[in-house]
Amino acid sequence: MSLVQEMNERALALGVPLGVHLDVTYRCNERCIHCYLEHDDHGEMTTAEIKDVLNQLAEAGTFFLTLSGGEVLMRRDFFEILEHARRLLFSVKIKTNGVMIREVEARRMRNLGVEQVQISIYSRRAEIHDAITKLPGSLKRSLEAIRFLKSQGLKVTIANVLMTANLGEHDGVQALAGELGVSYTLDPTITPKIDGDTSILNLRISGIELNEVFHNKNLVGNVEEFCAPPPPPGDDVMEGLPCSAGHTAAYITPYGDVFPCVQFPLPSGNLRRQKFIDIWRESPELNDVRSIRAKDLPVCSACSHVGTCTRCPGLAYMEGSMRGPSTADCQKSFHRTGIPSANMLRKTRTSGPLIQIQSLVE
Amino acid sequence: MTEKYIARSTAIAARMLGGEMMIMSAVDSTFFTLNQVATAIWQAADGRTPLAEIVARIVCEEFDVEPEVARRDAEQFVDELAQHGILLVSDRPFENPPVEAA
Ligand code: SF4
Ligand code: SF4
Repeated sequence: MSLVQEMNERALALGVPLGVHLDVTYRCNERCIHCYLEHDDHGEMTTAEIKDVLNQLAEAGTFFLTLSGGEVLMRRDFFEILEHARRLLFSVKIKTNGVMIREVEARRMRNLGVEQVQISIYSRRAEIHDAITKLPGSLKRSLEAIRFLKSQGLKVTIANVLMTANLGEHDGVQALAGELGVSYTLDPTITPKIDGDTSILNLRISGIELNEVFHNKNLVGNVEEFCAPPPPPGDDVMEGLPCSAGHTAAYITPYGDVFPCVQFPLPSGNLRRQKFIDIWRESPELNDVRSIRAKDLPVCSACSHVGTCTRCPGLAYMEGSMRGPSTADCQKSFHRTGIPSANMLRKTRTSGPLIQIQSLVE
Repeated sequence: MTEKYIARSTAIAARMLGGEMMIMSAVDSTFFTLNQVATAIWQAADGRTPLAEIVARIVCEEFDVEPEVARRDAEQFVDELAQHGILLVSDRPFENPPVEAA
């Protein structure tokens, strides 16, 4: 077990929120077609409120702090917030589109000891990237930002969300990351809007493409291992926790709402009315999330994928129940291994036609 | 023998977890955990108190360690952290005190 894993285990045992994701604003200078946020400002926390929240998080034992948005640099006080966070010795990761990062900003981030900066790139072709962000010139600006950050010696990761609008572009983005000397991560999941609106889900890539991604050795490494059928789940799996959300991780909105995770919009308290530690310890919602074990999941506990599935309780919650399956993860488990999920079989049994005819083109 | 002064670098992330200090170097992302004795030295590294005094006052008294053993262990620990840029070492007191201990 690595030292970081050991710390995670200890944080779990002690009930410490080791990692917190704080969105400082939902405002943004891009208008990405797949974005799950509403960008108008409904009364963001002030500088003083955010600093107070950071003090509370340090007190609660948070070590890893992700500052994100919206676009973090839309806040004029962003560097004041960052400086405060670093004074409190958080390990800070920033998620940004990079459009507003020039040499000066990159240097400030380096001088403040930022651990990592993550920038979203959708394609190495401007006509595709800019059509997704709806901001002309954004690819050029984001790539310049990566170079400024790199030349300051900062660690940079390119995050590549995969959707129908940039199909087949991931090879190019991965190669670009290699050329720039930065890390690369791919995310094939489009999430519903934070208010539950599912209209953007039609941007999700189809099963055929998901299959291609999971069998691409440049992306997953050892394909055979990655796509292996799940081993039969043992007791440890059935007693297992779904993920870190609400256990060692939490999410805070620009309005001070606390959720278990950025992808799990279960309102659990508000920092304008309560102290973070009280929400963290006492919130019935967080305690409900914490009570869930794999064996309690009505559909998933009977699924052969239960031990290896990436089932996101947040996506499941947005589908209707945090104890239910998450269709996006069922799709992933199926296209990774070729073995249908319990959820898929259940749907076939209850609503499927007697004869199934599937088009070859999804 | 010259005095040694130690100061906590600001280019790190640090937090107490269950009585031990977690530290990550921003220079090379190395992750450390300090045991209770090391955490006490770390917290006392104010850039002004000589290392010998920290060892005598904190390590020997609070943790009841033999002076010779304490001095040797502390020197080793300081060297290692200094190599990763986590502690700054000087033969003179530091002018600007370090940030608050986490
Ligand atoms: S699985 Fe979902 S809810 Fe859990 S940490 Fe990941 S994104 Fe958040
Ligand atoms: S594949 Fe679907 S049904 Fe099976 S464990 Fe994952 S989310 Fe649950």
